[in-house]
Amino acid sequence: MDSVVRFRAAVCLLGRFPALAGVDLDVAAGEIVLLQGPNGAGKTTLLRACAGLVPITEGDADVLGVDLRADRRPVRPLVGLLGHQAGLYDDLTVAENVRFWSKAGRSQRSDADAALARLGLDGRLAEVPVAKLSAGQRRRTALAILVARRPRLWLLDEPHAALDQGGRDLVDGLMADAVAAGATVVFASHELDRAEAVAHRSVTVAGGTVSGLLPAPLAEVPVA
Amino acid sequence: MPELAADSMLRDAATVVGKDLRLEWRSRVTLSQILPFALLVLILFAFALDPDRRILEEATPGLFWLAVLFSMLLAIQRAYAVETADGVIDALRLSDLDPAGIFLGKAAGIGLHLLVLEVALFAGVTVLYGATPRGYLLLVATMLLATAGLAAAGSLYGVLAAGLRVRDTLLPILMLPVVAPVLIAGTEAFSAAYAESSGDGWKWCGLLAAFSVLYLAIGIFAFEPLLEES
Repeated sequence: MDSVVRFRAAVCLLGRFPALAGVDLDVAAGEIVLLQGPNGAGKTTLLRACAGLVPITEGDADVLGVDLRADRRPVRPLVGLLGHQAGLYDDLTVAENVRFWSKAGRSQRSDADAALARLGLDGRLAEVPVAKLSAGQRRRTALAILVARRPRLWLLDEPHAALDQGGRDLVDGLMADAVAAGATVVFASHELDRAEAVAHRSVTVAGGTVSGLLPAPLAEVPVA
Repeated sequence: MPELAADSMLRDAATVVGKDLRLEWRSRVTLSQILPFALLVLILFAFALDPDRRILEEATPGLFWLAVLFSMLLAIQRAYAVETADGVIDALRLSDLDPAGIFLGKAAGIGLHLLVLEVALFAGVTVLYGATPRGYLLLVATMLLATAGLAAAGSLYGVLAAGLRVRDTLLPILMLPVVAPVLIAGTEAFSAAYAESSGDGWKWCGLLAAFSVLYLAIGIFAFEPLLEES
């Protein structure tokens, strides 16, 4: 199975603080991997490092065949990151945001419209300015952008946060659909019951390192 | 630069400026806040310099460009405030948009807002200061060239300050010395446009053109590393 993420003794400094202090991690194509660990453990930094947003200063880091030590910019268009912030323009409507970011990701307008429908945002909500949305609706809009862009690697930071029951089920379905379409998913979550049910396996991040590889898969990994 | 790269850059610039104009259409920040501020500056200049119209008329070129520079700072802060809120700057980095295209799009958006402000300020100095230009062609050329330079420099320094917590107070300190040549050349060219003879006005336009080209070139090549650091 091809390796999508391969970190070896990867170190990431935020200022002088080692947010990642020698991470070893392998994620194979088609996997859904859960990152679990306490607040401040380095889960968010690990996801941002995979997205090429923060530099790896020591060790090796390879994502989707891109050597992040050499140049981390080429990996960015290949990944989709759902962070704590939605990355939306408050004064634009839901549809305008999704269409703009889809266009910025070289997707078609039809992809944006399909994503709006998939996330249940194609009705009256599509024309509502993002500033007037609830936290859950903002989350759905950010997810719609991810769906429209169809990244090869999904990096989700607390994807279930702020969502209602239907929204959480939808996120689980999106992850399953992404993997079925050939993508790979790495996500961080504190909602372990739900997260472990959807993940193929789980790793524990603590103190800036991946310390607890759980050998037994939590769900069956699809054959690539 | 290969033709395809240039095409992609211009297409991305159009995408970004289209988004910025849509944002202004929805929020009306330039029309409802920056424009009244610019006109207020003109009125305060009139209070400060005595309502003697002769002094105001003579000082019109300098006061006009000072009002433009003050308004420009607000326009740049607004242009980059929307890019730094809610993690948008990360989304821009993760997008497929050409950084040079983002720079040109942001500069074009700032430039269009500045042109609207300048037209309103021109009407303001005509009504409030009683100033009437004689060389309209020189006046329009000065406005267009100065606007291009201010927008390019503004887009560059806007992204430079974007990632800093002190960006709102730092931006004026960074920007105003840099755009001093535009203030000088714009004032001199406008003085010529308001005088009987255009005189050396076109030479000052040459300086404005050189400033614009310089900052557009710097922006196209330097925007990407600045976006990385912001």
